Amino acid sequence: MDYLYYLRQDKMPHIWCDGCGHGIILKSILRCVDKLGWDKNDIALVSGIGCSSRTPGYVDFNTLHTTHGRALAFATGLKIANPKLHVIVVSGDGDATAIGGNHFIHAARRNIDITMIIYNNYIYGMTGGQVSPTTPAHKKASTAPYGNPDEPFDISRLAQAAGATYVARSTVYHVGKMDNYIGNALQKTGFSVVEILTPCPTSYGRRNKEGNGVDMMRYQKENTIGIEKAKNMSAEALAGKIVTGVFVDKEQESYLNRYNEVIKKAQSGV
Amino acid sequence: MKKNVVIKINESWCKSCEICVSFCPKKVYDMGQFYPIVARPEECTGCKLCEKLCPDFAIQIIIPEETKKTK
Repeated sequence: MDYLYYLRQDKMPHIWCDGCGHGIILKSILRCVDKLGWDKNDIALVSGIGCSSRTPGYVDFNTLHTTHGRALAFATGLKIANPKLHVIVVSGDGDATAIGGNHFIHAARRNIDITMIIYNNYIYGMTGGQVSPTTPAHKKASTAPYGNPDEPFDISRLAQAAGATYVARSTVYHVGKMDNYIGNALQKTGFSVVEILTPCPTSYGRRNKEGNGVDMMRYQKENTIGIEKAKNMSAEALAGKIVTGVFVDKEQESYLNRYNEVIKKAQSGV
Repeated sequence: MKKNVVIKINESWCKSCEICVSFCPKKVYDMGQFYPIVARPEECTGCKLCEKLCPDFAIQIIIPEETKKTK
């Protein structure tokens, strides 16, 4: 496939650091869209603020770069106003679970037909390496120089508990899995979340002595465990491991159907 | 081994992260001073892993049509 067909080539090369995995995720999204044969004009890519949220700037879809954490709020409006659009939200871990945390869980509860792709690099990269809700305990960040005292969020479990209809997690190293999950999520009716773990060598790897992008991707390669295998393992054995796989895949009525019912009832004047 | 696989590297977009050099299963690339060098093109099987893993859209793998049809 030709990636350049989907890119705004005058905006390239992108600003992401060397070794950052965000470009790999963007490629995966483009491959999935290409495979599904969707027209560029039928897709809306919405983002908030952060490294990950630079994505729409480089892609030649209908794109919307919104305020910090509020990408889902804008996307909800878009989807309701024009249900024919394929609405994709790209968001970082801080954008989705800290500033936009409430939008995230309530969009999942509402089960509106949006695909959300969360780039989880454990840190606020763009704003200077501050601690994010997914920074693992004891890891260093610019606002946690002695180590992070908090326990991290598990984004996939959070989405599962909040009621999303499709939840999956992969790493950027496992491109095949990532393609499968993003492809499934795009086709799913209902709120679908794909969490992709991506290295941030500049803000996270450097402070925690985890090396460059290649070293961090090698860690992903060697420490990833499938969700089925992880079910039979103890918590000690899972420490420091990355659990990937499909967490939820269920069918549930989308919000748009229920909203249409409300419109019909209101218009009938009963 | 597939023949005639063309590996194109766009040096103006490459940020020399060395992901292609490190993860190519056949070790086709060597790192040059600034950019990867296609050192062993005859080893390339056309798996496109480097193309998929390149975050900077800098690698393009072109497999000629006749090899595509036999797949």
